[in-house]
Amino acid sequence: MTADPFREGRLPEAFFAPGNSSFTDFLAAHAEHLLPGRNLPAGAVMPELPHSTTIVAATFDGGVVMGGDRRATMGNYIAHREMEKVYPADDYSAVGISGTVGPAIEMVRLFQVELEHYEKIEGTLMSLEGKANRLATMLRGNLPLAMQGLAVVPLYAGYDLDRNVGRIFSYDVSGARYEEHGYHSTGSGSLFAKGSLKKRWRPGLTADETVGVVLESLQDAADDDSATGGSDVGRRIYPVLVVVTAQGYRRLSQDETEAAFQAVVARNAEGGSAR
Amino acid sequence: MSMPFYVPPEQQMKDRADYARRNIARGRPVIVLAYDNGIAFVAENASRSLHKISEIYDRMAFGAAGRYNEFENLRVAGVRYADLRGYSYDRSDVTARGLANAYAQILGNVFTQDSKPMEVELAVAEVGATPEQDQIYRLTYDGSVADEQGFVVMGGQADTISSGMQERWRPGLTLSAALTLAVEMLGRDSTNGADRALTPDRLEVAVLDRARPRRAFRRLGGQLLEALLAPDDPTTDVPSSDDSRPGAHDTLTGEQAPPSPVNPVPQAGDPVSTEPDQEPGHPGNDAGGAGA
Repeated sequence: MTADPFREGRLPEAFFAPGNSSFTDFLAAHAEHLLPGRNLPAGAVMPELPHSTTIVAATFDGGVVMGGDRRATMGNYIAHREMEKVYPADDYSAVGISGTVGPAIEMVRLFQVELEHYEKIEGTLMSLEGKANRLATMLRGNLPLAMQGLAVVPLYAGYDLDRNVGRIFSYDVSGARYEEHGYHSTGSGSLFAKGSLKKRWRPGLTADETVGVVLESLQDAADDDSATGGSDVGRRIYPVLVVVTAQGYRRLSQDETEAAFQAVVARNAEGGSAR
Repeated sequence: MSMPFYVPPEQQMKDRADYARRNIARGRPVIVLAYDNGIAFVAENASRSLHKISEIYDRMAFGAAGRYNEFENLRVAGVRYADLRGYSYDRSDVTARGLANAYAQILGNVFTQDSKPMEVELAVAEVGATPEQDQIYRLTYDGSVADEQGFVVMGGQADTISSGMQERWRPGLTLSAALTLAVEMLGRDSTNGADRALTPDRLEVAVLDRARPRRAFRRLGGQLLEALLAPDDPTTDVPSSDDSRPGAHDTLTGEQAPPSPVNPVPQAGDPVSTEPDQEPGHPGNDAGGAGA
């Protein structure tokens, strides 16, 4: 007879540890090899790896829009031209990734499981602040990799069900969390995207207008940054655009994105501004 | 030095089994049954927060009878097992059979090796693409697994209810017919013969809805549950879209929130409408407004 009734069972003790609803903590206790951000050997020289670039988010009354271009670069090569960089984190938030693709995708996957795991075990949704903090903790776990050149810089945006507003959180590689007001952009094209947003975004835009502003800022970034992909009309590859509101996460369909793109083109052909 | 009395293994196992069976039989019964568009879970449970029925994974759910702390522990282990498997392989690699085997190992080991067996009975169900691919496993306190066809009854008076279900359950029942049958069976009392009528507020009801795109588990409550149980109501199945109210979408109540000024939901009409969504069909794999 053992003191712990589960010691002799097939599943290890970590499966039965009470009072923990974090999947990441469970992995750390039971399957550490599956956690992203494990240390590389000291002095390892990183080969050229795919990087993903520009992510943009902007709020409007009742929600937030996030967009990301589709290009992954590897030095001066284009590694992938239809990459997805914006993902649903859960029903009420979106996460966009810039930085090294490998660890970034792994982090998003873990983050998605983390939120759903909490939801199932606790029977409630995590607060938006809580989710933003969990992402910061994960990023901190990636710091050893970041110091060896595999940096990940996510952008997180969601609808806050307690305050009924859309909110944006940005991060740095050390896991610091900053709440952004209005709009924000990360990645190599972010300078140009932010400049564009600064002139075109204003409080009180509708959801559709905000989608247009976000799309146009991505076009502006693609104009001046070689690592940001523009809209590829021939192949019908357009930025990924998502809207998060009280109704939840919604990704714009191909047709909707194409229509938004045509509207931006038409506006610019007239010589008018996005306003 | 005192010697322990010799107890033959047969006697030892029988004592444990009797102990577990007796305590499980004291609890209220839980019924898991297949219907045409999914699998329904019905339990008598006055608590809104201490659940006997829970989501495990996208297409899988769990129902339990017996001692709460023990099956809650098993539920959490099941969620961890499923999420770990889905994370390290793929979401489609998480199966009810795998989970049922893991549970069987735990229950079996505890039964033979510990001072006390677990006083629980579990059902693990997975909804498939067609009714033929539905799986319902029943696990008992000693670690035995049974692959059941159609329905599982656990907890108190399981034998009486099972024989009733044997007569009345058939494949292809609608959800409202299945729930009506299960509620009638739960109210059956073999001890004093008088049947009880269970009201929706004493019931915990959930479904694994085949037509939902990813997470198939939804609890049922409010007007929707009342409409499904009412004999004269035309509602036969859950609506294909979730409640429009913001927040967790784990419960379907059939209540409509006022339309939002930002993204108006097409069917959201009168905010105080008492009419439940009477759309029984599932037109294709509509992701409830989520764009492709």
